[in-house]
Amino acid sequence: MLFPRFRAVFQASPESIVTHDVPRNLFDKVWEAHRVRELPSGQTQLFIGTHLVHEVTSPQAFAMLRERNLPVRFPQRTFATVDHIIPTDSQLRPLSDPLAEAMMTELERNCRDHGIQLFDAASGAQGIVHVIGPEQGITQPGSTIACGDSHTSTHGAFGAIAFGIGTSQVRDLLATQCLAMARLQVRRIEVTGKLGPGVYAKDVTLDIIRRLGVQGGVGYAYEYAGPVLDAMNLEERMTVCNMSIEGGARCGYVNPDETTYEYLRGRPYAPQGDAFNRAVAWWRSMASEPGAHYDDVVRVPGEEVAPTVTWGINPGQSLAVDQTIPSLQDTPDEDRASVAEALEYMDFRAGAPIAGTPIDVAFIGSCTNGRISDLREAARVAKTGQVAEGVRALVVPGSQEVARQAEDEHLDEVFRAHGFEWREPGCSMCLAMNPDKLQGREVCASSSNRNFKGRQGSPTGRTLLMSPAMVAAAAIHGEVVDVREIL
Amino acid sequence: MAATKLDSMAGRACVLRGDDIDTDRIIPARFMKVISFDEVGEHAFEDDRLAAKGDHALDDEKYNGASILVVGRNFGCGSSREHAPQALMRFGFNAFLGASFAEIFAGNCTALGLICATLNEADLENLMGSVELDPDQQVTIDVEAQTVTSRSGQVPAAIPNGTRKQLLEGSWDATGILLEAADEVDSTAKRLPYFNGFTS
Repeated sequence: MLFPRFRAVFQASPESIVTHDVPRNLFDKVWEAHRVRELPSGQTQLFIGTHLVHEVTSPQAFAMLRERNLPVRFPQRTFATVDHIIPTDSQLRPLSDPLAEAMMTELERNCRDHGIQLFDAASGAQGIVHVIGPEQGITQPGSTIACGDSHTSTHGAFGAIAFGIGTSQVRDLLATQCLAMARLQVRRIEVTGKLGPGVYAKDVTLDIIRRLGVQGGVGYAYEYAGPVLDAMNLEERMTVCNMSIEGGARCGYVNPDETTYEYLRGRPYAPQGDAFNRAVAWWRSMASEPGAHYDDVVRVPGEEVAPTVTWGINPGQSLAVDQTIPSLQDTPDEDRASVAEALEYMDFRAGAPIAGTPIDVAFIGSCTNGRISDLREAARVAKTGQVAEGVRALVVPGSQEVARQAEDEHLDEVFRAHGFEWREPGCSMCLAMNPDKLQGREVCASSSNRNFKGRQGSPTGRTLLMSPAMVAAAAIHGEVVDVREIL
Repeated sequence: MAATKLDSMAGRACVLRGDDIDTDRIIPARFMKVISFDEVGEHAFEDDRLAAKGDHALDDEKYNGASILVVGRNFGCGSSREHAPQALMRFGFNAFLGASFAEIFAGNCTALGLICATLNEADLENLMGSVELDPDQQVTIDVEAQTVTSRSGQVPAAIPNGTRKQLLEGSWDATGILLEAADEVDSTAKRLPYFNGFTS
């Protein structure tokens, strides 16, 4: 039985706007519009409108294409950038790390051989793949997007169905512009009411992950909705969608609305003029309709969301900044082993408050929180003091465009004047594939997305995830503090 | 591009306890600065193994030659890096039995012809205990019947339907089958107004 609810009518009207007799959610509409056929396995051959490529997960896929003598099917729908391995002190070629230089060279060759647009440092539009897709207007509502990167869910902020894939699927996608996929269920997560001062999109996503668990989203697409999401700008929605994967959901999205269309207006790859008006009509038609079916609905009261900090070794192990680290006795049986492992690795004491935890490093950046609004909030806090003695604080803009905008607003000067390092764009210390790494047992207050063991480059390093404003506050005080007391 | 049909596999197993084992632990990011997968197997679980000072399942001599890795809950969570299953495959594992798997990890396994099957918690605990006591025993995974057989008995081992068919049909390397529908791909693209920039 294949989705009988949606079988009723599917025909393109002259404006290519799909009409239907049953209210449907965005996921179902996008899936239907991109469904090429059902495969013998029962999976769907799904057409992917946009393929984003970076240097780490693509070289082996291009090599497989060469072995099989296959061309790239739609190079004009494929866009590449370099982000993971790029140094943030100097991006001059050749890169100082020969392994990074080899990856860079390989990406350049692959893009040249296949006629793929590469946003490299010389283009002026280089940056983290999940920052540049939106800012270039490549990321659009109602489309499907895939990339060899789990944080591709970020693009769902525009009402796209966007997900991460492995390298063999990158090969499939390069060769066919399609993926073999099983349909996901859809869970609507409504964040009601409004957020308090000092509470950010990052806190919303960490709160959701804690409530639903790090594997709560397996098999689901998350539709984020409700007044809190409606009030967010696109950058905040990107932060929420970005971390869907940390909750186990392969993709997450927000329905497109006027905020979305205004964000896209005038962007380089967005439709212009009359085409833009036609686009808005189609984008609007792809949004979830009132009364649409969801496989699950969850409500999160916005007022309950507090500035949130992770204390453990997965993004679900978090607490409000005014709470204390959990004890084994208070932990349900099934989580006890994980909590014990986390307490041991972090060397934290059960029952201790998280506020006051000393930090060694502060990292502001990443595809989660490396955009201009993140830097503005961090700068606002940075102005309240100087980076504490002994703390190394890095600000890494998400893209060259973000860097330019920040410099136009003199945010770089604010950061430098208050003791922060202002760096070149890239993924940097989110996963430490470039020279930005923790050393030994250092504790890092980080605006990134993963606090896994060893994630930030030291096998014994420790990560506390939080909002960029909270990271800036921790940098200045040398310890975790409640940003509400500063703002 | 027909791939091998995988209706069953048998071998010795290795028990790796722990939940939420992420792909950064399976293959730390610094070993992804490569343009091929050839050497990633040498670095499987490198930091965990160093931290354990030899007391890690992958360094335990009793599991030498094991081809099935028995794991806990949410194995392979985190990044989409195919380097993770590639590293484990190149280390010698062809199948994973666990309480649950992260979605992208499981998809990556399928694309490589590696089996991921889930057991209920009680059966998994029995299997882990049995293999720990008797690591030389043969463990058999029947993809068609969705069972695992060991000295602890035969128990259900679930594989999602689409994946199971891909393994059984030998269509887990999807490029060939996706290429077959070239005309339908073109007509799908034409139907999408954004594909031509909303020009009409």
